[in-house]
Amino acid sequence: MGAGEGTTRVLSFDPRSALLAGVFQDVLTDSGPKFTQMVAALVGFFGVLILVLLLAARARGRAQTPLAIVIFVAPAVILLLLGLILPAIRTIVLSLYSDDVPATFVGGSNYAWIFSTSDERAILLRTIVWIIVAPLASTALGLLLALLIDRMKRESVPKSLIFLPMAISFVGASIIWSFVYAYRDPSQPQIGLLSQVAIWLGWSNPPNWLLSSPLNNFLLMVIMIWIQTGFAMVVLSAAIKAIPGDVMEAAALDGAHGWRLFRAVTVPMIRGTLVVVVTTIMIATLKIFDIVRTTTGGNFDTQVLANEMYNQAFTQFSVGRGSALAVVLFVGVIPLMIYNIRQLRKDRQ
Amino acid sequence: MSVEAPELPEMVPSVANASKSSRPRQSLRSAFSSRMASVVVIVITVLWTIPTLGLFVTSFRPAADVESSGWWTFFSDPSLTLDNYTQVFGGGGSGVAGGLTPYFVNSFVISIPGALFPLAIASMAAYAIAWVPFRGATTLFFIIFALQVVPLQMALIPLLQMFSNHFSLFGVHIPTPDIAGTFLPVWIAHTMFALPLAVFLLHNFIAQLPKEIIESARADGASHFLIFRKIVLPLSTPAIASFAIFQFLWVWNDLLVALTFAGGSPKVSPLTARLSQLTGAFGSKWELLTAGAFIAIVVPLIVFFSLQRYFVRGLLTGSVKG
Repeated sequence: MGAGEGTTRVLSFDPRSALLAGVFQDVLTDSGPKFTQMVAALVGFFGVLILVLLLAARARGRAQTPLAIVIFVAPAVILLLLGLILPAIRTIVLSLYSDDVPATFVGGSNYAWIFSTSDERAILLRTIVWIIVAPLASTALGLLLALLIDRMKRESVPKSLIFLPMAISFVGASIIWSFVYAYRDPSQPQIGLLSQVAIWLGWSNPPNWLLSSPLNNFLLMVIMIWIQTGFAMVVLSAAIKAIPGDVMEAAALDGAHGWRLFRAVTVPMIRGTLVVVVTTIMIATLKIFDIVRTTTGGNFDTQVLANEMYNQAFTQFSVGRGSALAVVLFVGVIPLMIYNIRQLRKDRQ
Repeated sequence: MSVEAPELPEMVPSVANASKSSRPRQSLRSAFSSRMASVVVIVITVLWTIPTLGLFVTSFRPAADVESSGWWTFFSDPSLTLDNYTQVFGGGGSGVAGGLTPYFVNSFVISIPGALFPLAIASMAAYAIAWVPFRGATTLFFIIFALQVVPLQMALIPLLQMFSNHFSLFGVHIPTPDIAGTFLPVWIAHTMFALPLAVFLLHNFIAQLPKEIIESARADGASHFLIFRKIVLPLSTPAIASFAIFQFLWVWNDLLVALTFAGGSPKVSPLTARLSQLTGAFGSKWELLTAGAFIAIVVPLIVFFSLQRYFVRGLLTGSVKG
């Protein structure tokens, strides 16, 4: 804001407008260069790209196809090499070194630390509970909703609203639910919805939810389930609708109704999609970092693997340990992805 | 990869326009009658939106009210104010001139290139793998696809080093320009991480374009570049649009890459990173926190509601039997 300029004037206008006017000016001076950078980057990137494509199009003869291959594929290959493959290898190497500078080779001792320290073991166990509870609950709820909504006439509104949390960031969702879990001493008026509902239901002294282990873990999983159920619902709904009509008709003629129809016909037909949905949510949950970080920061016995990795690597600068945790996370993801991919390919056959 | 007739975009139902299958509903007696199903769904939907409603309502309530009463009392005793939003944008209490505005700007500046860069690179690679016959194409595709396995966490530490001063592996030490503190690291990082899925999704679509069109163009002597520009790109617009939206939202909502490569300074840090910090510092100032969160949420909400069909189509392309 302009230093001192507004303060000596004797005026009766709303101080809020002055604040906003000053802000507006600040915003322009601040964001102008930023948007310029963005435009410059976009123009530069696409300019060079178009130029290269146009020039290469002039090539004729035998060189044309190899040139095309190189130009089309090289950027992706280079970026993936530099951005994923080489760094992943380096992280594995880093995990075998100590945290201090200069780092010394310590072999597997970072991994030994992970699996023998009780705190770290607790984190691993807690992460496993997360990847069992959250995906199964989201998928079950999503399946139930998909089946129920299927019978409704106007599907789009409930579907959109239930899917909505997926569009909100994990951070936004965490703030929403932190507010729901907000604690006030029972003698004071409540501002957190959960405490208020608990009091209405007769619980006279509801706890400080986010501080109470192990309940807080499940309350955090609720956030994940709230977000992921929409995804499960949409994908499973598409799969259910894709069941051929004659299959359902034949089963109905055979006398299968309701629950039996569901178990004997619907579930086997969408089994592939169910597996894909569960494993996809499992992989997302394994990497979950934002929810725990934003709500409890990992305190009160809520810490999970991905957040611990971030803490070790970037807050405590324990590069060796952080890298080892990343590798453990990687190893945990691999079987899930293999299963996921196998199922997807089977579906496509 | 099977090459089927290009029905994929049509077969994928959107959230808004669910295409009903030909299943005869009338002949199915089910455990739930249609009306009861509707009631259960409506109840669940209402419960589902209540937390978000709480955030929204609170952001418009005066600070004193927020401290002393639950937001549900708002309906019996409404008092609206825009103060919280003014504060949040104006910087009051958050220690930064302009409040959340610089971070809001940063989110746009990060997300737009973060969606467009990977798109361009991935569509080129997807086209080449699909329609330019070369040895190793399938292997290359498989490797790119398999790279989806690698979690971001595996790349963060070395990439951070690379963007600051050097890159070293097995004794090879390569100095790199120091671009830390600019937008470049976060743009490049997002592009890199988006490529495996992007190439997979776009390849899915591009491989199923009508063979005849492309082959007759080749027979007419068109170069690969011409085919890419004049045939593949225009025909792929639905897939590209879906992916662009998906990627924009992903980058806008991302926290991990933002914290690692653009954390801290209001020069480059986006909304998600700042809000995540504020929950620690602001723990009890719910009126400001909710207003800030809502600002962060409003852009994805607008994108989501106006472009739902593309969003869901992109989501379903990879997950459902096509």
